Amino acid sequence: MRFIVCIKQVPDTAEVRINPETNTLIRDGVPSIINPYDMHAIEAGLSLRDKVGGKVTVITMGPPQAEAALRDALSLGVDDAVLISDRAFAGSDTWATSFTLYKTISKLGYDVIICGKQAIDGDTAQVGPAVAEFLDIPHVAYVSAITHIDDTSITVHRMMDDGYDVVQSSIPVLLTVVKELNEPRLPSLRGKMNAKKAVITKLTREMIGADEKDVGLKGSPTMVKNIFAPSSKKDRRMLEGTPEEQVNALFEELRRLKCV
Amino acid sequence: MRIVIDATRCIGCGICLESCPYNAIELQDEKAVINDNCQLCKACLEVCPEGAIISESDTTDAKEDTDLQSYKGIWVFAEQRDGFVASVSYELLGEGRKLAKQLNTELSAVLFGSSESEAMELIRWGADKVYWCDDPIFKTFNDEPYKEQLVNLVRQYKPEIILCGATPIGRSFIPRVAARLRTGLTADCTALEIDKETGNLIQIRPAFGGNIMASILCPNHRPQMATVRPRVMKRGVYDANRSGEIIKIIPTGLSSRTKVLESQKEPSHCKVNLQEAEIIVSGGRGLGNAKGFEIIEELASLLGGSVGASRAAVDEGWIKYSHQVGQTGKTVCPKIYIACGISGAVQHLVGMSSSDIIIAINKNPDAPIFNVANYGIVGDLYEILPILIRKIKECR
Ligand SMILES: Cc1cc2nc3c(=O)[nH]c(=O)nc-3n(C[C@H](O)[C@H](O)[C@H](O)COP(=O)(O)OP(=O)(O)OC[C@H]3O[C@@H](n4cnc5c(N)ncnc54)[C@H](O)[C@@H]3O)c2cc1C
Ligand SMILES: Nc1ncnc2c1ncn2[C@@H]1O[C@H](COP(=O)(O)O)[C@@H](O)[C@H]1O
Repeated sequence: MRFIVCIKQVPDTAEVRINPETNTLIRDGVPSIINPYDMHAIEAGLSLRDKVGGKVTVITMGPPQAEAALRDALSLGVDDAVLISDRAFAGSDTWATSFTLYKTISKLGYDVIICGKQAIDGDTAQVGPAVAEFLDIPHVAYVSAITHIDDTSITVHRMMDDGYDVVQSSIPVLLTVVKELNEPRLPSLRGKMNAKKAVITKLTREMIGADEKDVGLKGSPTMVKNIFAPSSKKDRRMLEGTPEEQVNALFEELRRLKCV
Repeated sequence: MRIVIDATRCIGCGICLESCPYNAIELQDEKAVINDNCQLCKACLEVCPEGAIISESDTTDAKEDTDLQSYKGIWVFAEQRDGFVASVSYELLGEGRKLAKQLNTELSAVLFGSSESEAMELIRWGADKVYWCDDPIFKTFNDEPYKEQLVNLVRQYKPEIILCGATPIGRSFIPRVAARLRTGLTADCTALEIDKETGNLIQIRPAFGGNIMASILCPNHRPQMATVRPRVMKRGVYDANRSGEIIKIIPTGLSSRTKVLESQKEPSHCKVNLQEAEIIVSGGRGLGNAKGFEIIEELASLLGGSVGASRAAVDEGWIKYSHQVGQTGKTVCPKIYIACGISGAVQHLVGMSSSDIIIAINKNPDAPIFNVANYGIVGDLYEILPILIRKIKECR
């Protein structure tokens, strides 16, 4: 079976902070990592391959430096890696990103495509389902378990607000996966050696046959108007005094709000 | 559009290098240069003290699509589970009403499956019209028929705005709808506004794990589509006498390549559902240990509220994930939110900052939680809470 895993290189948002005085991002050497959910997507691809046989290909659309993410994935044991990189892709929103991935994936061939639930820089969770739509294949989002797979169908658990659904889908299919699905493996020494030597396929806009008007900023229906720091409350009141006095003041407020 | 640096104005101070989340700016010969990593996020534009960073728009960006004018009205996708409309749909109707008023247009709801009486409820909560699509295929949720039917409706009736709950269902099938319609979709908006000049929808959402906010437009494509998390918007007023039109539609030609074999419901552990609670008392790492939640629970039950937690407290294993509030937990919007020993990281704030009244108790006077608090107490929660609990008990 042919497994395609879509991964994204993201700044480690845990370390991105905003400077309240200047309203700017403080990035000071924020490391780039593989989107954490995509680590679970890679693991899902590898363990399905180990079970039913086949090949796992990781792909990413991003700037040249995203190659590092692909090498990390290779060190975990994926079979090959594709970097889709072109200046024309800059400024892609989820529509243009999904379109670019779709063009690439339809060139590569596929049975099961696996994405992370969402990328932690944008948190949109839109790319996976949109890729499935372009490919005209079914998808299941928020997959927390894979209970059965054969040549033509797959059965998974889909997380819902109040529990989970057991969903069966025909193959080909696209899955987006959550952390509960598995525990990502660590790279092996041999994996690391192989990753260093591996040849990464590089594709440009022309090579995937995408029209200029459908990719990057031009292909993106949405545009960022501006960015700003989250606002803070204007009417805040600090309650002063001894703990007893502070609580008295708070208690009065709670009483005024009819809570006690 | 592209971001360019005016080399004559650049003084090589390097401030922009720090502002870029993608490492896309370098200094070459003491001038800033933008490299291939640029994602056009615009984070650098404001920081340049010399105004040397400029976003240049291509002429093609401004292309006028005359057809945009034919799209009218605001739609709310009313999600149902087991036949009942999810409460986020009523919240979206509340918000949709406000937008419809500003645009002087109609507000409609779209309901798949469920019943005519639920469709009526949508009218009482503010919809002028309900497109009620009745077909047994909607009994369980599958992406393909949902997508297909909504795409069909949009092509036929051409709404200018579609709002949908950012729930497991909405977040799963709505991206397919936007992909098919070749239009923009903004996820997890926390505020929506209408641009007075253009009438475009301004969609405000957190980015980078909530560390910054972005306003997003979809100027040249219709419909403009957005998802909103539950408990972010306020419900409108319920009017039992409100009348409106129910347009019943019998879909044809729907099919699905996925099938729900069974649905497992998990019994909820807390007495009061966190997202429905009017009062929430939350604990963070400042509690110091799992036992700390006992005092949080005591206060919560005295006030008739629920217990929330920061991710740090959940990660420590002091309390279940279902209590987590924030970016990766639940969004809550109670009347009163009491944060005890929580620093107020942005990822926590995005989940609770729209609460009506926020009370913060923290040892550290500089904790960011105080920036969003209506009432702040600098102090040890283990001193403050017992006094508060005693006083509440005394007055009973
Ligand atoms: C992608 C991403 C998603 C995230 N999602 C979430 C999320 O959904 N929800 C969430 O909460 N976090 C989330 N986080 C984590 C978030 O960044 C913070 O790490 C977390 O909120 C901190 O929790 P805390 O305030 O309890 O702990 P800390 O930051 O350690 O703060 C503890 C506070 O307690 C105070 N304190 C200590 N002792 C006492 C005492 N005796 N009395 C009073 N005060 C005391 C301290 O002064 C301090 O301010 C996320 C992070 C990332 C990167
Ligand atoms: N540029 C990209 N290249 C490859 N995969 C991506 C890219 N962006 C998003 N994805 C995939 O889509 C998922 C959801 O991303 P998002 O919609 O951005 O939250 C991610 O977890 C990845 O699996």
